[in-house]
Amino acid sequence: MATELPRKQVAVVGVGWSGGIIASELAKAGIECIGLERGSERKINDFIMQKDELRYAVRYELMQDLSKETLSFRNDRDMRALPMRQMGSFLLGTDLGGAGIHWNGQCPRFFPYDFEIRSQTIDRYGEDRIPEDMNLQDWGISYDEIEEHFSHFDDTIGTSGEDNEMTAERSSDFPTPPMKKTPSIRLFHEAAENLGLHPYMSASANLSEAYTNPDGKTINQCMYCSFCERFGCDYQAKSDPLITVIPTAVETGNFEIRTHANVRSVSYDGERTDGVYFVDTRTGEEFFQPADLVILTTYVMNNTRLLLQSGIGEPFDPDTNTGVIGKNYCYQIMASAQGFFDQQFNLYAGAGALGGQVDDYNADNFDHSDLDFLHGGTIQLTQTGIRPISTNPVPPGTPNWGSEFKQASAHHFYRTLSLGSQGASLPYRYNYLDLDPTYTDALGDPLLRMTYNFTEQDRNLAAHQTARLEEIMQEMGANEVASNPDIGDYNIMPYQTTHNTGGVIMGAEPETSAVNNYLQMWDCENLFVVGASAFPHNSGYNPTPTVGALSYRAAEGILQYLDNPGPLV
Amino acid sequence: MAEEQNNDTKADGVTRRDFLKNSGLVVGGVVGGGLLGGLITNTFMDDGQSVSPTANNSDEPQDAEQLTKARMFFKRAEDFRVLSAAVERIFPEDDIGPGAISLAIPYFIDKQLAGEYGFNSREYMEGPFFEGAPTQGPQTGMRRREVFLYGVSKLQEIAQSEHDESFFDLEGEAQDEILGAFEQGEVDMTGVTSDAFFAMLRSSTLEGAYSDPVYGGNLNMDGWRMKQYPGGQMAFFDVIESEEFVEMEPVSLHAHHT
Repeated sequence: MATELPRKQVAVVGVGWSGGIIASELAKAGIECIGLERGSERKINDFIMQKDELRYAVRYELMQDLSKETLSFRNDRDMRALPMRQMGSFLLGTDLGGAGIHWNGQCPRFFPYDFEIRSQTIDRYGEDRIPEDMNLQDWGISYDEIEEHFSHFDDTIGTSGEDNEMTAERSSDFPTPPMKKTPSIRLFHEAAENLGLHPYMSASANLSEAYTNPDGKTINQCMYCSFCERFGCDYQAKSDPLITVIPTAVETGNFEIRTHANVRSVSYDGERTDGVYFVDTRTGEEFFQPADLVILTTYVMNNTRLLLQSGIGEPFDPDTNTGVIGKNYCYQIMASAQGFFDQQFNLYAGAGALGGQVDDYNADNFDHSDLDFLHGGTIQLTQTGIRPISTNPVPPGTPNWGSEFKQASAHHFYRTLSLGSQGASLPYRYNYLDLDPTYTDALGDPLLRMTYNFTEQDRNLAAHQTARLEEIMQEMGANEVASNPDIGDYNIMPYQTTHNTGGVIMGAEPETSAVNNYLQMWDCENLFVVGASAFPHNSGYNPTPTVGALSYRAAEGILQYLDNPGPLV
Repeated sequence: MAEEQNNDTKADGVTRRDFLKNSGLVVGGVVGGGLLGGLITNTFMDDGQSVSPTANNSDEPQDAEQLTKARMFFKRAEDFRVLSAAVERIFPEDDIGPGAISLAIPYFIDKQLAGEYGFNSREYMEGPFFEGAPTQGPQTGMRRREVFLYGVSKLQEIAQSEHDESFFDLEGEAQDEILGAFEQGEVDMTGVTSDAFFAMLRSSTLEGAYSDPVYGGNLNMDGWRMKQYPGGQMAFFDVIESEEFVEMEPVSLHAHHT
């Protein structure tokens, strides 16, 4: 029997960016919340002097313990799904602050086009440009409606950056100026300009100067030490939930955090929830946390899994293309080109979101009339700081080991620049999430099962972007350019990106979406499901600012709901 | 370095004096056949570097780094010698810098296998196990410690069946040929493929070359020096915009934590 705990107004499940943002907004408004975090507590001094590539970047110190829980994967329904036994393609976060601790800090805003992608595609190219099995949907909200929430997120984290004619319009300036421009970024910018493109400095949560946000929280100046992605920041110079929204919430006295609380299901009587069931991971003891409202902010995977496990919302069925939970799982279509140079660059230095960027081939910024794909991808030269275990670039044809490899990888270590494109991932009927029939987690609950492969759209987009990357790299003066335009089948092992999206998507109608534009469940009015799980597709960009904006939007809706319960839309 | 202090070391890495001294450790017991036999077959000669207990006899202060050069995982010295020879071929000593043995990579791998990495502690190891598609990632139920022991004994088995010699006694070219067959997945193994084992051997070799010296490899940060990597510096604020390449003496966790 689960022990019943004292009732709270709001139970927030998972305390990362989304959970922290919602808790901070509600707690400031005097609402009593509890944060149920299944991981451990974390403090900023956990990140002091942790410049250890093996421990963090290679052995994934900050990531989820897969021995306790993973997911299963197959490319299509004819394959047997098998567990993701090791971390690879994406890195699931864990512990207080979640993936908001180990992120790089890239801060682009999705385009107005993204929020109305179906309507705009039909307007410009006609409905028959949307392939039959592509569940391309508008988001049920326009960029103009959500812009204030993007600004709110930027103000909270202090985003460093500069305006550009290819990016979404902003109602306010960047809180801090762009980061320092390195020689490699200068080279990229010059080449891009020569080709008639519109380069700019990437928007970054590694701050160019110290900044105090409206909640009174200070983020320090970045030291370009290069230990960003997969690490916590040594200097509190990369905005994360632990130095911003979480303390903001806790200091009100209205937000209690309970760690080691692994939520297994959400109570549901067919209309409403009354709280959540969780297990204390230290003792195995079961608890029921009653709450007037429940907010799920447990990343794409667990938001979807918890709803399926709790029987809330209709599971998506690819045979009939109906149902909503698990629908429109999307990812990111990556492309890259390496250039080999004579010059040595100081590539050991860098920051997670330090980069030059162009969006001329992103969204609908270019004409797709004669192209065999929709959308596009951002193009970047980032200088994140290379590390020696993971970075061993060699020109094509070099052996993979032995003296020749050793010498080539040492020679080219600082003489190789990489361009990358993060392509949009558009939804496909047969790419979806459900529960695995065979494999379970350590508590005996079914794992989430991912069915996912790249589509024709994805392959064509990647080939197009690769050709653009090659052009830019040639223009930059590389002696030799290496790239692979064929992305093949999706493989869950090589690291690509932790930009998983979908599963609990937002929209204008309950028939085709799980949550409305406040991220309130259509089928359970006092349950909000927040995160990139709400994206009906993934843009050609990093997702975090859009997650942040949606979290502020949800917080606004939750406060409205507390005043005046009922469906918000 | 230990070998320079070991004036008394014979070719087999162990002196008569050492034998007597070490026998003293079991006074009152029995000097087992294993120890005696081991001496005759070079048990103590771990990695061809003559790491010998005679270091203890030196009047010079003990080199702390040398004390970590001992096996935590591999029980049989022969296995460790095969491992050492194999990783030296993957990352050989050459004109540009030290190889796997000089960087203590075999000891790094041994230490890793003794812990979390060897037990796949934070990975999903529940059954049922099925052979998956290449896109589904590793599906073996074998833990890395088992895979390495198996792989190393397979290297030795092939050396002996094809050349009638131990793997570590073969010429580099013959060693490379065997390793190449593993890399191509041509060697028959049960529960794990030979290319998967080779990939682990290769990645752990690079980890040993370039991880912080706290893990026992990258001895004296010489792997980093070879690659001009400055280690975990606190800040690059002053060099981030520099057009000139700036080389600096590397810094390890030792400097930050002590």
